[in-house]
Amino acid sequence: MKGILTVCRKELADHFSSTRFILLFTLILMVSLVIAFIVGSTLQEELKNEAKPTFVFLMLFTSSGKLFSLVQFISIFGPLIGIVLGFDSISRERSARTLSKLLSQPIYRDAVINGKFLAGFVTIGIMLMAIVLLISGLGLRLIGVVPGPDEIWRLALYLVISIFYISFWLGISILFSVVFRSMATSALAAIAFWIFFSFFVSLGANLAADALYPVDQTVAASNPELLVQREQTRKILSLFSPMTLYSEATTTILNPLMKTTQPLILMGPMERLSISRFQNPLPLFESVYIVLPLIISLIAITSICFALSYIFFMRQEIRST
Amino acid sequence: MSEEMVIETQELTKVYGQQVAVNHLNLIIQEGEIFGFLGPNGAGKTTTLLMLLGLSEPTSGKARVGGFDPTREPLKVKRVVGYLPENVGFYDDLNAAQNLKYVARLNGIPDEQSAAKIDELLRQVELQAETRKKVGDFSRGMRQRLGIAEVLIKDPRVVFLDEPTLGLDPDGASQMLELIQSLSRDKKITVFFSSHLLDQVQKISHRVGIMIKGQMVAAGRIQDLAKEKLGVGKEQYTLEEIYMKYFKEGRA
Repeated sequence: MKGILTVCRKELADHFSSTRFILLFTLILMVSLVIAFIVGSTLQEELKNEAKPTFVFLMLFTSSGKLFSLVQFISIFGPLIGIVLGFDSISRERSARTLSKLLSQPIYRDAVINGKFLAGFVTIGIMLMAIVLLISGLGLRLIGVVPGPDEIWRLALYLVISIFYISFWLGISILFSVVFRSMATSALAAIAFWIFFSFFVSLGANLAADALYPVDQTVAASNPELLVQREQTRKILSLFSPMTLYSEATTTILNPLMKTTQPLILMGPMERLSISRFQNPLPLFESVYIVLPLIISLIAITSICFALSYIFFMRQEIRST
Repeated sequence: MSEEMVIETQELTKVYGQQVAVNHLNLIIQEGEIFGFLGPNGAGKTTTLLMLLGLSEPTSGKARVGGFDPTREPLKVKRVVGYLPENVGFYDDLNAAQNLKYVARLNGIPDEQSAAKIDELLRQVELQAETRKKVGDFSRGMRQRLGIAEVLIKDPRVVFLDEPTLGLDPDGASQMLELIQSLSRDKKITVFFSSHLLDQVQKISHRVGIMIKGQMVAAGRIQDLAKEKLGVGKEQYTLEEIYMKYFKEGRA
């Protein structure tokens, strides 16, 4: 345990003093603040049309304003934070020839990789927390609405899910840094993985669903079952993307009016009823209940990813070169 | 010199795929001894060191270092053994003292105790003037000396030095040799080092071992090896002559 903390402490110090971290943090902070500012100033206009606006504070994070919302921003570019923090964690020790020295100290071998993962996890936590708090503060000034306890809980939950989401990408990049010897290869592999799973999977899901269940006007009228099947296939396939998992989970958590993650065509009778009849927000517990499978999958893939890098690292031969 | 065995291997073997890197190695090293480990590149010297440290698992055979089995109790071995890898690396954005502090922490030495020790070690390796300089700006000789300081911070009983004088200028090399000798003489530390520079090995080693293609072809005091290979009465032997003789036989 002591070894893990020592490694973690050093890695944290490295992260916070490294130029690339400062650059990345500034960039993300800047974008977030700009988004929050735009949203904050357009929100007043939008709310004029609503008779009784609810959960205005959370809209700061979910409303897309003129560009995109903060939640969307994190779901698309959050992975980059994870990749930047992890892509060279092991390969740099190897190329700087510090790995064999590090491993010849009296610490367990897993302390190295655990400490590195923990440090990345903490860094991500601090970074996201700082962004969310800053935007909350800015929002308070701009729109002057104080968040209720329910909103604060939702925001906290959003933070936890986001930390796990970005940690998944940290895990992926650490895995590649263990497997590949060169830092450039591991960075490229992680980015390729990110592009594939974030953008191509949802695209591919559409294509695959269309190919498997070709639906045109005539068939749709005679056989509506086919439409449902196509939608189901598309939905299942698109859940292979961590980005889909994350954005569905977080939009439900942050929007109490959202009652299901299913598209209209796949909704059951009760879901349809609740949407058409009741306009009340869901209690937090119910929102969590809806997306619990998504959250658990997200935590599971993060753990699997970390476990894989752990196994690879523990089994790797330390060669003389 | 006490007669206690610090390093002992029995039929130690390492196979990488088809290639036998270390072939049934039997070796005994006494406490406080300086053992020079010779052999051409790729003979299996570093692999042997890695196995003795528990960083690499032997395919078969047994080893004991400082009374512990490196495969079963690697942490206990690593607590008493300091290892200086060939071309040792450092965290280049940290300064000399910070690098040492990290290693001290990894060894569980609290910061209050390590500070004085780091000062003392840096003085010992004559780096006290460069304490605050980033290691990235260090010359080769300075890095090598910092490596020695790093090895010594855990108060080892045994040190493994892989090519400690490689790439040093003559002055730096002789400083390094003196440092190694003082470890054995003043602190009773067992030194197990590999090198290609035979005159240096001859100067400081109590015993030498010659490894060729994974096999230890000779081990013993230099004068004994000379007697065996070059014949009696040859006073002006050099280690180089002995080594070349073994090397040619080994290749044949």
